[in-house]
Amino acid sequence: MPRPSPAKPGLDKRHAPPDKPGMSHVTPLDPARARQLGAEFGLKPDEYERALAILGRTPSLTELGIFSVMWSEHCSYKSSRVWLKQLPTKAPWVLVGPGENAGVIAIGQGLAAVFKMESHNHPSFIEPYNGAATGVGGILRDVFTMGARPIANLNALRFGDPAHPRTKRILDGVVRGIGGYGNCVGVPTVGGEVNFHPAYNGNPLVNAMTVGILKADRIFTAAATGVGNPVVYVGSKTGRDGIHGATMSSAEFNADAEEKRPTVQIGDPFAEKLLIEACLELMETDAIVAIQDMGAAGLTSSSVEMAGKGGMGIVLDMEKVPQRETGMTAYEMMLSESQERMLMVLKPGREKVAEDIFHKWELDFAVIGHLTDTGRIEIRHHGVLEADIPLAPLESEAPLYHRPTEETPKQPVLGPVADPVGITAALEKLVASPDLCSRRWIWDQYDAQVGGQTSKRPGQADAAVVRVEDHKLALAMTTDCTPRYVLADPEEGGKQAVAEAWRNLTAVGALPRAITDNMNFGNPEKPRIMGQFAGAVRGMAAACTALDFPVISGNVSLYNETEGRAILPTPAIGGVGVLEDVAQAVGLALPAGCEIVVVGETQGWLGQSLWLREIAGREEGAPPPVDLAAERRNGDFVRGEILAGRVRACHDAADGGLLVALAEMCMASGVGADITRRGDHAFWFGEDQGRYLLAVEDGAALLEAARAAGVPAERLGQSSGRTLVMPGADAIDISRLAAAHEATLPALMQGV
Amino acid sequence: MNAAIITFPGTNRERDMALALRAATGRKPTMLWHRETALPPGLDLVVLPGGFSYGDYLRCGAMAAQSPIMAAVRDFAARGGHVLGVCNGFQMLTEAGLLPGALLRNASLRFLAMDCVMRVERADTPYTAHFQRGATFRATMAHGDGNYFCDAETLATLEGEGRVVFRYEGENRNGSINAIAGICSENGRVLGLMPHPENCVDPLVGGTEGLPIFTSIAEHVAA
Repeated sequence: MPRPSPAKPGLDKRHAPPDKPGMSHVTPLDPARARQLGAEFGLKPDEYERALAILGRTPSLTELGIFSVMWSEHCSYKSSRVWLKQLPTKAPWVLVGPGENAGVIAIGQGLAAVFKMESHNHPSFIEPYNGAATGVGGILRDVFTMGARPIANLNALRFGDPAHPRTKRILDGVVRGIGGYGNCVGVPTVGGEVNFHPAYNGNPLVNAMTVGILKADRIFTAAATGVGNPVVYVGSKTGRDGIHGATMSSAEFNADAEEKRPTVQIGDPFAEKLLIEACLELMETDAIVAIQDMGAAGLTSSSVEMAGKGGMGIVLDMEKVPQRETGMTAYEMMLSESQERMLMVLKPGREKVAEDIFHKWELDFAVIGHLTDTGRIEIRHHGVLEADIPLAPLESEAPLYHRPTEETPKQPVLGPVADPVGITAALEKLVASPDLCSRRWIWDQYDAQVGGQTSKRPGQADAAVVRVEDHKLALAMTTDCTPRYVLADPEEGGKQAVAEAWRNLTAVGALPRAITDNMNFGNPEKPRIMGQFAGAVRGMAAACTALDFPVISGNVSLYNETEGRAILPTPAIGGVGVLEDVAQAVGLALPAGCEIVVVGETQGWLGQSLWLREIAGREEGAPPPVDLAAERRNGDFVRGEILAGRVRACHDAADGGLLVALAEMCMASGVGADITRRGDHAFWFGEDQGRYLLAVEDGAALLEAARAAGVPAERLGQSSGRTLVMPGADAIDISRLAAAHEATLPALMQGV
Repeated sequence: MNAAIITFPGTNRERDMALALRAATGRKPTMLWHRETALPPGLDLVVLPGGFSYGDYLRCGAMAAQSPIMAAVRDFAARGGHVLGVCNGFQMLTEAGLLPGALLRNASLRFLAMDCVMRVERADTPYTAHFQRGATFRATMAHGDGNYFCDAETLATLEGEGRVVFRYEGENRNGSINAIAGICSENGRVLGLMPHPENCVDPLVGGTEGLPIFTSIAEHVAA
């Protein structure tokens, strides 16, 4: 690396601001002070040297702030980029892959779906309500920035031990925050997943996903072009909230985490709703050249990305930024993470059209700068040049780490385990366990119907199904991950997370199309953690390839550790599939008078199963392997049967195994089952992959079709009555199972 | 039926309502912005839709009730016009004085988003003729402030005059007094209710249990 030149401020002609000759030069900080501040802002010593080399002098405070947020883990993906490159991102239906605000796929009829998932883990631990709420707001902006109307929100949540005193408060705040934001903006929250594990005690995960719809030929992007074009700020005013949020999210927590509350932003879903409508209204015109939301690192990352992607330069006059507080410095404005703000580049002369629309919606609108051909970002404040940085090296010289990895040792395959309690008692306990109990207490606080297009909402099907307004076309969506599998075997676990999402979409009859990933891991500087990351990516890549299920967007959240204790590795997958006709979607509720058939092979794999953990009290063994060829074959068969109209209900057998899946189908309708298949606890509770439970009117025909397709399938019994009856086990009323299933969360959350 | 839907900043079920009116009448309603000061001539029905007008700041519906267009809506109602307020629209009707009482925070202090069952107490209003009196039907609810409250005298008047149009059947989750889900004005032409019949008009998404409200009013104004 070149040594930094000891240039004196003002002497280096290269830094003379090109388009305003009379303006002063940047005033650098005192070198020793700058180095110390850089470290406080999270710049590693070698990264600080790199910044010096790029500038050829000591940075100013504003410049130091810009370098530190742009090169934070959160914004630069410096530890993860080398691995993420392995993920397949292309398919004929992928219109926009990773790198934009969100990915886009074609869904037919000239329409496209836009989606992405993003984490807000660290803020949600510090301040659960606002952390979760602003997480929803941020991901919504990523989607409508592309020109899409958001049609659905989902989430993937992980909390600590239910018995831990803090878990209740965090769960309550997160659910209120997600509901508070999503309900108000009027985007239905249609799906999600929740797990509990002590590894999340000090570090809950809040991953929010938004899906939107647009016309395939009306996609907006961030790349700005046109020297002199106005740079426009719209939305809410800038305050001092959230300064250095991205840096905070790029470090581990210590015991003083709560002192970081000032770095958490406050959300205003009302402002967001106005911003959605105003932006979509403006997008109907031809005024916009480029648009970018101000998310993490606010004005800094949005301006750098817009100008950088377009190969342009940019000048911003900070006194023109709408401000909520007086006396804000350029540094504070550039680093603020105030919510509900967007940056746009307009075509020349179109300012008035845009201004009228934003004023109609009672939002701030200000021209704060323009594009240049200098390739530099220049920040001015009341005539003083506060920052002047070349954009190309800010991106090309961004740190990239190939951190050492250590493989997780393979766990031995679990040997036979005796059944300590019997089938029925185990079932009753499992359906009431925190990871399998009803999530009704949560989803009853989320408006899943607003928009009037929700066909399958939480609890009704394996994936949410939302119709495209005025079309038969519908999207299926799901979020999935089984962190205990990823911990035990990162590669198999990564594979399973993708396969599970594919399976859930298939189970409603949808053709799975693409995923977004939210990689939640611990401290990447620890080789074991980086090894988990690398392994999970390998497994995900294999599954994405085998299932034609590319990654079109994603987010990485590292340093999920508190006091040195890492979370379970959690590569959450958000999957989207397409149904040509919403009427073809099937749910999971078991109808009366059907035959029950399992598709897929059951060996009775108890390693890492919930039965093993909840009933036998052990968390061990290799997780169930995913045979991707069988996965694809079984899923394609099931989808074909659903689309042919031969399936009345379908549910994948996953957490808890076959009998839990069957019980979930029974509880959803209140209908019982008369089971004729004999099996031991391993058969009923093993978590073998690639399996579906189907309710069909003609079991023999289905078995024949499966045989012809080379797909393993077996009849288990038929639906009837209000009781679950099995050979060699006690019968149990569905109402009794349902009562146990429904009681857990309300009891846990009582008095919060 | 010539219907108009008023959109306020923060309204979010105006599209749902437009779809419901179209499903019932085959005709698209007129969408009006809250800054308008007059209603277009020849309207049969004005709808105040659901959402979070002004972010529910101050009180739900309080600021929307002061919007420029609300003077015209009051005049319209005073002249015997039909006005339907759903959820936030019901809150606006009480804030604007077009219906008595108030919608308080849900008794559980939580947002409630789930199905509910409503009983039809009156089948002789312009909005309920296609129901049987005493019939029950499922609808969606989604609100944080749906706990209907009024003083004893008002309650006696409402009950005495038969102005309780819908009542929650079974669980009264939001804690409304006398399980009131919807009430009407003295002349029966202004109706406010908390649940969302507009999300129950399509067999493929949400079911059709709410449709009779829209077909009833369409037939009534056509007669």
